[in-house]
Parts: sequence; C-alpha cells; structure tokens
Amino acid sequence: MKYFPELNKSFVIALWFMLLTFPILVIRVNTIENIVVWRWINLALIGIAAFVLSFLWQLYLKHKTAAAPDAAAHQSALVRRMSDPKFYRPFLLLIGILALVFPFVASHYQINIMTTALIYVMLGLGLNIEVGLAGLLDLGYVAFYAVGAYSYALLNYHFGLGFWTLLPAGALIAAFFGLLVGFPVLRLRGDYLAIVTLAFAEILRLVLENWNAFSFGPSGISNIPRPGFFGIDLTLEQSAVYMYFLLVALCVLTVFVIHRLQHSRIGRAWVALREDELACQAMGVDKTRAKLTAFALGATWAGMAGVLFAAKTTFINPASFTFLESAMILAIVVLGGMGSIVGVIIAALAIILLPEYLRVLGDYRMILFGAALILMMIFRPRGLVTPAGKTYEFRCADPPPAPEEKGRP
Amino acid sequence: MNFFWDLFLGGLTRGSIYALIALGYTMVYGILQLINFAHGEIYMIGAFTALIVASILTLQGLAGLPVLILAGLIAVLYASAYGFTVEKIAYKPLRQASRLSPLISAIGMSIFLQNYVMLAQTSDFLPFPNLLPPSDFLDAISVWIGPSDFVIIVTSAVVMIALSLLLKFTKMGRAMRATAQDREMAMLTGVDVNRIISRTFIIGSALAAIGGILIASHVGRINFYIGFNAGIKAFTAAVLGGIGSIPGAMVGGLVLGLAESFGTGYISSDYESVFAFAILILILIFKPDGILGRSSQQKV
Amino acid sequence: MKPLLEVKNLTMAFGGIKALDGVHLHIAPGQIAALIGPNGAGKTTLFNCLTGIYTPTSGDILLNAPGGKTRRLNGLKINAITALGVARTFQNIRLFGGMTVLENVMIGRHPRSSSGILGAIFRPPATRREERDIVDKSYALLESIGLGDSANELASNLPYGAQRRLEIARALATEPRVLLLDEPAAGMNPQETNELEGLLTRLQAAHELSILLIEHDMKLVMNLAENIFVLDYGEEIARGAPQEIRNNPAVIKAYLGEEDDAEAQ
Repeated sequence: MKYFPELNKSFVIALWFMLLTFPILVIRVNTIENIVVWRWINLALIGIAAFVLSFLWQLYLKHKTAAAPDAAAHQSALVRRMSDPKFYRPFLLLIGILALVFPFVASHYQINIMTTALIYVMLGLGLNIEVGLAGLLDLGYVAFYAVGAYSYALLNYHFGLGFWTLLPAGALIAAFFGLLVGFPVLRLRGDYLAIVTLAFAEILRLVLENWNAFSFGPSGISNIPRPGFFGIDLTLEQSAVYMYFLLVALCVLTVFVIHRLQHSRIGRAWVALREDELACQAMGVDKTRAKLTAFALGATWAGMAGVLFAAKTTFINPASFTFLESAMILAIVVLGGMGSIVGVIIAALAIILLPEYLRVLGDYRMILFGAALILMMIFRPRGLVTPAGKTYEFRCADPPPAPEEKGRP
Repeated sequence: MNFFWDLFLGGLTRGSIYALIALGYTMVYGILQLINFAHGEIYMIGAFTALIVASILTLQGLAGLPVLILAGLIAVLYASAYGFTVEKIAYKPLRQASRLSPLISAIGMSIFLQNYVMLAQTSDFLPFPNLLPPSDFLDAISVWIGPSDFVIIVTSAVVMIALSLLLKFTKMGRAMRATAQDREMAMLTGVDVNRIISRTFIIGSALAAIGGILIASHVGRINFYIGFNAGIKAFTAAVLGGIGSIPGAMVGGLVLGLAESFGTGYISSDYESVFAFAILILILIFKPDGILGRSSQQKV
Repeated sequence: MKPLLEVKNLTMAFGGIKALDGVHLHIAPGQIAALIGPNGAGKTTLFNCLTGIYTPTSGDILLNAPGGKTRRLNGLKINAITALGVARTFQNIRLFGGMTVLENVMIGRHPRSSSGILGAIFRPPATRREERDIVDKSYALLESIGLGDSANELASNLPYGAQRRLEIARALATEPRVLLLDEPAAGMNPQETNELEGLLTRLQAAHELSILLIEHDMKLVMNLAENIFVLDYGEEIARGAPQEIRNNPAVIKAYLGEEDDAEAQ
C-alpha cells in the first residue's frame, strides 16, 4: 500500500481527536435542568473529519517542496499583470462603475451590508498604518473607533453639533487619543506594546460601560442623527443610499491619502522603523516622532469610521467595541498583507461580505474566523498580497527598462 | 469576621487562582517568547470537562470525594491534552516565523476554542456544583476561613511547591530551565527541545485546569467566556511578577489578587477589571521586568 | 587644526563592569583612523557611545564642526547625532531587508530632507523636488559603489559582500562628516577586501570624510589607516602610526599570535 504510513498516522490522529473532543462534543450537559445528552454522531463526524484532514495534510506536506517555486512565480505574474496600467486602469474603471451602480440594483439590506464593509475597509486601512507600515502591533485599535463614535454621539447630544462638524472633530479627537496611547508605549517592544494597547482598549470599554453619568452605560446612546443632505429629510432607504455613497467617497479619499503617505518620506521612515528600529534611528529617523505619527494617523481613520458607524446605526453601546473587534480588524490587515492597500481592501470585503453570503453558517461564523486566523498564519503568513517594494525611475546614462510602480494600491 | 480579613482571604483565594494560571503563561513565554492567548481557554475547558464528568457521575448516584477526585483528575488530563494539541497545531508550525504570526495564531485559537465550547455546549451560564465533600475539619475552621477558600489556598500552595521542586530537582525540570534560558544551547547539549516544549504546555495546562476546577466550584457557575477575563488577569499577574519567572508568577498572582480584592472592597466593585488592566499598563511602562524579573539588555 | 571628533577620558560602565575606562581618541578632518584590539576589548561599545546607543558614564565626546561650534555628543538621541554628521555601519549587517536596495539608501537621506505629513499628502512642488532629489542622490551613491543595477531588488536578496557595501552607501547618504565602520571587511575574501580598500579610499576623497574603522583584518588596517588606536579590556594600550603599532610589544601580546597570521597574508 503506497500510503500506508500516512493512513496509519491519520488513523492515530483521528483516534486522538475522537478521544480529545469526547466530553465536550459528545456529551451535552445542562445543569440547570439536570439533563445529559449524548450525541454519538459527533464522535463519528470528528473521527472522519480528523482522518480525512490529517491524510490530506500529510499528502500536501509531501508534495509541498515540489510545488513551492511554482507558487512564487504564479504570484508575481499576477502582480505584474495588475501593475500594468493598461490593465489596471480599465479594471479600476469597471470597479468604479459597479460601485456607482450598486445601490440602484441592490436591496436596502445589501446596501447596508456593503456600507458596513466599507467602514471596515476604512478601519483596516487605518490600522494598516500602525501595524502594516510602522510595525506597531496595536491590539486595542477598537478604542479609537469607540472614541470617534462616542464623540459624535455625546457632542451631538450635549451641544447639538451636527454630523458634518463632528466628522472631522471625531477624527481629531481620536488622533489626540492616538497620541495619548502612543506616548507611554514608546519604549515598549512587540508583545508588550500589544498587551498594553489591549489593556487601554479594555479600560476604555469598561469605563464606557460603567460610568453611566458620562456614557449612559451599557444601554448606550440612541437616536443619533444621520448625516443631513442639505437639510432635506430623507427616507430610510434614501438615507442608506446616501450613507453608501458617502462611505465610497470617503474610502476613496482614505485610499488616496494613505497611498500618498505610504510612498513618501514618512512612509519610508515607518517601514524602516518596522524593519529595524535601531538601524532606522542610526539613519536619522526620529523614532518617537515616527511612532507618534503612526498612532495619531492610524487613530484618525478609526475615529472617522466611528463617527460614520454611529451615524449609520444611530445607536451605539460599549458592546460594539470589544477586543474581538480589534482582533477582526487586525485579521483584516494581516490577511490582506501587511502594508498592502489592495490586500486590506480585499480582506475587509471578504471578511465582512462572505459570511453574509454564506448565511447558512450563522453561529459558526466566529469559530471559522478563529480557524481561518490559524490557517492563514500557517499557510500564508504574509497575507494575500505582498507589496513589492516600489520601483523607481531614475536618471541615468542609458534609459533603464524600469517598469512603473509595482505594488499599486 | 471583619471586613479586612474577608477581603484579605478573598484576595488570597483569587490570587492563588491567578497564580496557577499565570504559571502557564510565564512558562510558555519563558521558553517560546509567545503570549499563549489560548491559555485562558484551557482553564475554561478544564472547568467544563470537570462539570461534564461530575454531572455524569452525579447522575449515576456518586457523590462526595470520589466525584471530586474523578472529575478533577479527568479534567486535568483533558486540559493537558488540549494544551498539548493546541501547541502542535497552532504554534509548532510557526516556530521559525516572526513574532507576529504565532501571536495571531494564538488569538485565532482562543476565539476558536471559545466558540467550540459555546457551540458544543451552550452560551448560557451553567451552574457548577460545589464539589467539596462535607468535612468536620472544614466545618470547624469555617469561623475563620470558608471551606472553599481554604481548599483553594492550600491546594494551590501544594501544587506550586510541587512545581518548584520539580523544576529544581528533576532532570526534566533542569532541561526546562535550560531551554528557557537558551534554546539552541539546550539542543546542543542533547535536550529534546520539542519534548520539553510539549511538557511545558502540558504542565501549564494542568495547573490552569486545577485553577479552573477550584474556582468553578467556589463561584458556582461557568460559561464559555470565563477564560478571556481570567486569562488577561493571569497574564497581568505573570507580567507583574516578571514574565518568564516562576516565582514571579506566584508572587504576581497573589499581589494582583490582593490588589483587586482590596480595590473592589474599598474603592469600587464596578471597575474590578480596570484595576488589573491599569496595573498591567503601569508595570509594563515603568518596570517592564516586573517585581522579580531581571532586565534584559539588547545586544547591538 | 582642531580634530573633527574628540573622545576625552571616556568611561562606560554597566553595573560594576567597565567596558571602557578612560579612553582618549581623536580624528582629524579627512583622516582615516582605525580602532583595533582583541574581541571584547570594547570597540563596538565605543561606537555605540559615539553614536548615542549608550550614554557614557563619564567623559566627553566632542564633535568640532569646521568653522562651526563644538557639540558635545554625550546623551544626545541617536538620530540627533546622525543629523550632526556621525554615521555608522553595524558589525552584524542591519539592512532593511523588506525594502529595496534603493529604498535603503533613500532612508539615509532622511536627516537631510524635511517634508512631513502635509507634504506627503498634498505633494506641493517643494516636496516633489525633494523626492526627486532623494531618488537621484541615492541612485548616484548606489552607482558609485557599483550597485546601480540592483537598485530595485530587495536588499535581503543581495549577496553578502554587496550587502556590506549597501550599508556603507546607506550611511553615506546621511552626508556624514565622520563615518564609523564596524568590521566592514568581516567575512570577505582577500579579493573583496582589496576592492573594499579601493572603495573606501575613493569614497573618502570624494566625500571629504573622516573614517574610523574597527577591523580585525590587519592588512586592511595597515594599508588604510593613518592613525591607529589599540584597545584591550576597555583601556587604550597603544596608539600611533601603523609602523609603530606593528612593532609594539604590548599590541603583539594582546593579540597573542593574531599578528603572525596577519603577516602571513
């Protein structure tokens, strides 16, 4: 038998998992009503699944070394194709047309989902500055999101300020919080930075949940006004379309600004900071300034997204701003490919839209998300799109065959 | 007894549990420089497994000490097995990768395990029976110290002493300490590093499970989410004491437990978690090496 | 003429251990000097003090800009010292592996450029000019060290010798007055070392640099350096011209036979 060792191993692994998951998967306990339910079918399912998956995995490992170089060539062929202006310009145009036409062919519900996805695109692009470019692992990004949302809700409630005033205001307040968080963590390295930012975000959430006088506690704030359209009253459906176009416009703006930042002196300083903090300082980069700028700018987009979120859903409460949200946004950045604008956009749309269209999954969305994170890190740690370094044209004696920018947004 | 004493005892109890869980974090971080985000979930799984076994046994008519022992033993075994498996699936393949990959994988595993238990069991809070059998001794001292508190504090102390002895005097313990100090060197001197890493996870998971069972019995209920909060706090304790330091985890756990207990008692109980997080932030910013840690110089 | 860089009575203590004890050193403008000594003598520690990675326990590090004022470098931030004109390479190459060769050099232009957030977003003519200038100057530097063709490759893909040269180009991009090279010839074969010697001589003339070199390759040191400082256990044991150092018994003793190997080359 050709695959005997693999089959044998798969058998053992299947047994292991059947044994391992036995109490929790097979036995359901309800101590309220004192019932115990035995679900033997799960045992069989786990056994089969573990056997099959482990067998396939072993086959994959066996053939992996042969396949690897092809994969690399394949990827750069696609990237090169996409970098060619003759190709990507009409492609972008097509996307643009689809985006404009979308709300007129989609249902109200679908428009709302797409708008949510666009908010996450904005969040992903913002976090991408901190994590993807500057290499600052921020696990508490949701805090800036919350700051934006609550700024809008509270300033509107107490002072009657409108959406258009508070959109930039929320972004600025969030940027300020970015500096606030950035200062104390300047000296911290990798993991510690991650944990401290997580702790900051949790503190913020707990304060919002418990300081009722300030934030109205767990019941949140409702009746947050939608953005006005020249003073005209819009119906719910019209408002949704309006919101959608607003988000599209702001996302385009976001992509534009972040692309500019990425390919600038600051952007290079951030990447150098990420690659080697000590060496970048030795080359004259002010590490403090670079880090603070990264935090502040990253937070700005989250703040803006927060205002938009509050305006869209007209109701916010602390439960929307948990660690899980930060994890999701981080997943978007990592899955998309650190530093790659296109990758982040694709990942955001995928993570938000796919579960909607695979609605049968329902409750299983989160567990699949967890599994996806693990699998992504094992199989494709660099994410979907690896941004190639920028290629430059430079003045020299003979014209070089240098192509234009690789790794376009 | 008076308020202070209650808070003090409560702090010791809480702190003992934090210490048990923190040990798992600190041992794994010491060896792999990885924050095992999924460790809190192992604690939770230990509690759930104990609940399941106890329920079955109770339905069969067993009660008292045998239930405690059987449920405890099986739960600890299972938790260790889960810890072992998690390491093999989510961390081992990523040992050569950057620091970010295993961290995200750990977050993914944490989310996965939480939802796994939630979907397989229930999202509700489930009552957890008091597994402590009645005892004359415990009744006698219940004037000063509740039976559950007593058992928790004593058990934790015994377990931690056992762990210290194991690390100091056994061959495996020495190998673990060596691997934590310098993995490559340990390999060169013949230590089977993979095995040591597995054993670290197994021991850490066992400790967490013990903590899970003890506290579940004490508090009286569990749900799939208890791992997250306990995990963060235990991690805080580990950092507080000096991440990578075993005695540090114990000290950190007790200090955090006491701080939380007195904080919620004298200041406010709403902001219980905020105390832990604030301490975490302050420690990491001002003294990242913790109470017992040694500072690490970066070599250029 | 005042020396460009002066180190006076420099002591660097870590806890109870003195890595450097009362070290004196100076480099004249346009001079190539070498810092040698057995492993662990404190040479890289001295570099780290000069560049701001460590703050010296006591002593002075003075930079005397020609026609300008004297700056004390102790305790300044690393990037501030670079901006003042002291640049370095590292013993273990520390390139930005995820960036291209050209981008690595472009980072070196950071202290000599100034556009910020607004410039990045709006790209006014001044910023565009500055970017153009950065690219051109960086490319010119690459060409001068022979890496012009690899400009758009990832830095981590370069062969070892090329990576060392790239580090030098990157440091040069900061327009230093003093260039500190930490074992630039490490891991190089004799052919590569000869090329390096030629390169450094050319660069020094072209950029009016002073160079301070940590090296173990005695042939390179003897050929290049006009002045040599010898450290052992954090203290200076000898200084002088190559001829003096070559025959200095204290130096020979410190190296214990390494000198014989160098002679044999």
